Amino acid sequence: MKYVDEFRDPAGAKVLLRRIDELVGRLDRPLKVMEICGSHTHTIYRHGLEHLLPEQIEFVHGPGCPVCVIPMGRIDDALWLARQPGVILTTFGDMMRVPGSTESLLQARATGADVRFVYSPLDALPIARANPDKHVVFFAVGFETTAPSTAVTLERARVESLANFSVFSNHVVTEPALRAIVNGGETEVDAFIGPGHVATVIGTTAFDFLAEEFNLPVVVAGFEPLDVLQAVEMLLEQFTSGQVASGRARVQNQYARVVRPEGNTVAQKLMGRVFRTRDAFEWRGLGWIERSGLGIAPEYARWDAEQIFRVPGVRVADPPACECGSVLTGRIKPWQCRVFGTACTPATPIGTCMVSPEGACAAYYNFGRLTRQTAQAVAIRD
Amino acid sequence: MCLGVPAEVIAVPDPDVPRARVAISGVERTVATDLLVDEGIGPGDWVLVHVGFALSRIDADEAAITLDQIKRLGGDTFGTELDSFRTSAID
Repeated sequence: MKYVDEFRDPAGAKVLLRRIDELVGRLDRPLKVMEICGSHTHTIYRHGLEHLLPEQIEFVHGPGCPVCVIPMGRIDDALWLARQPGVILTTFGDMMRVPGSTESLLQARATGADVRFVYSPLDALPIARANPDKHVVFFAVGFETTAPSTAVTLERARVESLANFSVFSNHVVTEPALRAIVNGGETEVDAFIGPGHVATVIGTTAFDFLAEEFNLPVVVAGFEPLDVLQAVEMLLEQFTSGQVASGRARVQNQYARVVRPEGNTVAQKLMGRVFRTRDAFEWRGLGWIERSGLGIAPEYARWDAEQIFRVPGVRVADPPACECGSVLTGRIKPWQCRVFGTACTPATPIGTCMVSPEGACAAYYNFGRLTRQTAQAVAIRD
Repeated sequence: MCLGVPAEVIAVPDPDVPRARVAISGVERTVATDLLVDEGIGPGDWVLVHVGFALSRIDADEAAITLDQIKRLGGDTFGTELDSFRTSAID
C-alpha cells in the first residue's frame, strides 16, 4: 500500500537503528520519551520497537487515546441517554465495549436500548432522516483529529434544520493535558513524540510551548515503524548536539508528508465556530483539567444533547482494581497493573486502556509478548 | 478510531459538493472533503482519511524527502542491502 509499505522497509529500519545506536553512545543519561498518541503506542508494540531500541531509550505511554481518557461518569451519562424513550444512540465502535459502572453500551443494546455504531459522525445523519419519530444522539469522543468531523456533521444538521439529531460532546484538546503532565511532576519525561494526526489539524506550532516554556524537544511523527524510529533519531540528535543542554529544544516535523506547520485552518475555523471551550473537563487518570474539553457553542444549542436532555452528569470513581489512570499518565507500564491479563483482558475489559486497540494495555496484551532477548534474536539488526 | 488511512482520489463527482470517491487498499468509497475545500482535491491526489473525512493532502515530494533522509543516514547501508538482495537467487 502506497505511503505505508515504504515506511515499513526493513532496510530503512536497519539504517535508523544503527544511527540510533551511534547517538545513544554519546548520551550522558538514559531518556524517557513519551509518545502522546495511542496510535503510536500501537505501532511501538505491534512492531516490537521498544525491544529493538537500546535500553537507554524508554517509551512512556501518554494520555492520547480518546476512548481511554473518557471517565466512567460520562459513559454512564451516555448509557442514560441510550435508555431515554425514543432515543437512538450512535457512536464509534470502540466505545461500545467500554464499561460503565453497571454495564457497557453493547450490554445496554442487548437489553433493548437502540445503540448503533457508526464509522463516521456523518453516518448518524441518515439514521436521523430515516427515523423522524426518534431522536438520534451522536456520542462524540476524540481529540482535535476527530472534533472537526463532528463540527461538519453539526453544521450539516443546522443547514438541513434536522430537528431530531444532537451531539453529546466529549471532545477534548491536547495542550491542557500535556501541561497537566509536564506540570504534575509525577511523570518524568525528557522528550515527546508528537501526535501526527492531531497535528494535521492543529499544526506543529501548537506544540511550541513544550520547547519554549519547558525546553522539551518534540518530534511530530507519522505512524509507521520508520516514522517512529526516525522521530527517536531526531530527538537524539537534539540531545547529542547539545541543543537541549543549552536550552534550545525544538519542535520538529517528521510527518511533513501530511502535517503542515499551521495545520488545517479550515478545520480550526469550523471547530472555533461549532464548539466552545468548557471551563473544566474530567479526564480518567488526570482528574479535572481546566479548559480541556469542547462543549457545543450556544448558536448550536438546538443540537446539543446536554441542552436537550437533563443529562445526569454522573461522577463515578474508577473501579479500585483498575489502574488505567496510572497507565495513562505513564506512571506505570500496562503489565504492572494488578489486574492486567488476568481479570482485565480485551474480551473482558475492566478499564478503558484494555478496550481500545490504541489503549496501551490492549496494545501490550495483543502484541507485547516478546521478551527483549527473543526480540533481539529475531530482530533485523546485524 | 484514530486511524488515518492513505487513500487515492478516483473522482470528484460534483465540484460543488464536498465529496470524493477514493480507493483505500483497493476498496472504493465516498469520503467527505469539507475540510479540504481550499485544496482543490482532484483525481490522482492522495489524502489521509479519518472517520470518513479527508483530513490532509499527502505530499508526495515530502514523503520522498523523508525516505531519502533515512537512506542518506545509512551511507552505503541501504545500497549494500539492496545489492545483497539482488544477488539472492531464490527460485
